[in-house]
Amino acid sequence: MSRAKDVLLDPLFNKNPIGLQILGICSALAVTSKLETVIVMSLAVTFVIAGSNVSVSLIRKQIPNSIRIIVEITIIATLVIIVDQFLKAYAFGISKQLSVFVGLIITNCIVLGRAEGFAMKNPPGLSFLDGVGNGLGYSIVLIIVAFFRELFGAGKLLSFSILPTTSEGGWYLPNGLMLLPPSAFFIIGLLIWALRTWKTDQVEEEN
Amino acid sequence: MSRDSTAKILTVAFLLCVICSILVSAAAVGLSERQQRNKAAEKKKNILMAAGLYDEDMSLDEQFSTIQTRIVDLQSGEFSSDYDVASFDSRVAAREPETRFVIPEGQDLAGIKAHSRYQDVYMVMDGDALQQMILPVYGKGLWSTMYGFISLDADMTTVVGFAFYEHGETPGLGGEIDNPNWKNLWPGKRIYDDQGKTRIEVVKGTVDRGSANAIYQVDGLSGATLTARGVGNLLQYWMGQNGYRLLLAKLKQEGVKQ
Repeated sequence: MSRAKDVLLDPLFNKNPIGLQILGICSALAVTSKLETVIVMSLAVTFVIAGSNVSVSLIRKQIPNSIRIIVEITIIATLVIIVDQFLKAYAFGISKQLSVFVGLIITNCIVLGRAEGFAMKNPPGLSFLDGVGNGLGYSIVLIIVAFFRELFGAGKLLSFSILPTTSEGGWYLPNGLMLLPPSAFFIIGLLIWALRTWKTDQVEEEN
Repeated sequence: MSRDSTAKILTVAFLLCVICSILVSAAAVGLSERQQRNKAAEKKKNILMAAGLYDEDMSLDEQFSTIQTRIVDLQSGEFSSDYDVASFDSRVAAREPETRFVIPEGQDLAGIKAHSRYQDVYMVMDGDALQQMILPVYGKGLWSTMYGFISLDADMTTVVGFAFYEHGETPGLGGEIDNPNWKNLWPGKRIYDDQGKTRIEVVKGTVDRGSANAIYQVDGLSGATLTARGVGNLLQYWMGQNGYRLLLAKLKQEGVKQ
């Protein structure tokens, strides 16, 4: 039982895919300027990781070694296309903002990393928990980044005005840098610093 | 059968492809109707917004009922009935050899190289009288192609509204073309002068309100010189000879022929 709990919860802080493994940075920079899009993106990625982990795990004993990466990518691509189609049908506005980044979940290293590194060796139940856990680990970082970017970049959270901006007659002058991708780099950097100060075993040894 | 034998590899690959393709096509086909509806609604919304008629609380179809869609042949400036308005897509038509218009060298102000000879235009009608003409325009900004609608008053030269619905300019800089404050500078500006010359432009900095040209000029965007220049250039193009000038001149003289 404790194995299952570890598999689910470890990726949140102890083995966070963005914080420790520095994977999935591309989308973390691109989609985090608004909280709303990030929540949808997080759900999509979590669904894809969990789904691909389960599918790969179910057929892991059948997959020939020589084509296993191709098989994994095909499964991931299928799930991503399905998610993309659903977003276009049921969340059109958000799917427009996410544009190519939904499609790019296919190349998100976290997804293939978990399929190859975990699901190939573990039963479906555990693989599912591992997928959900890693999806949540990714989501936590994205949500924190988007929180700061939307709040200081646009004075809003989930499109509700928190800090009234000068262009709308308030007092807050938005920080334009926060809306640009580099700001996500700074925030993720600070987050990793904070995480490694808290959990010192994550600090890499200097060569 | 060994896990790594050639037969096994082919079987697994084949089965996987079949299953995945079934899932993907089921999702694409099953959801396509809804997606098409979303797209059509989005376009109608953008058209209404350019005309300043959009009201969030009313149904789109009801609001759109006063608007007539026509396909115009840019070369003759006449409405054309060769295409079905419901299914016409000018982006697709821009790629088809028979409808493609390649812009002569030196005239490509919008930076788009070629576009469809036919465009779908939208008329806000009050009975038989044309109140507003809504025209699709597009062109290159700094990074991206910017797609928008411009709405002209019954005199076919005064701007009622102008808005982009799709672009990939930098948020906070070029993306300020979406800023309501900037969009509010457009209504009342004039596209053509009395001689019919296309005069509209986006200036660098602020318009000198006292000057005689102020009616044709819109403030630039600080930090977005190239995007703003792109906006001015694409209007120069689409309001010019290869664009809607013939159509607008005809409409102004003859009104709408039913």
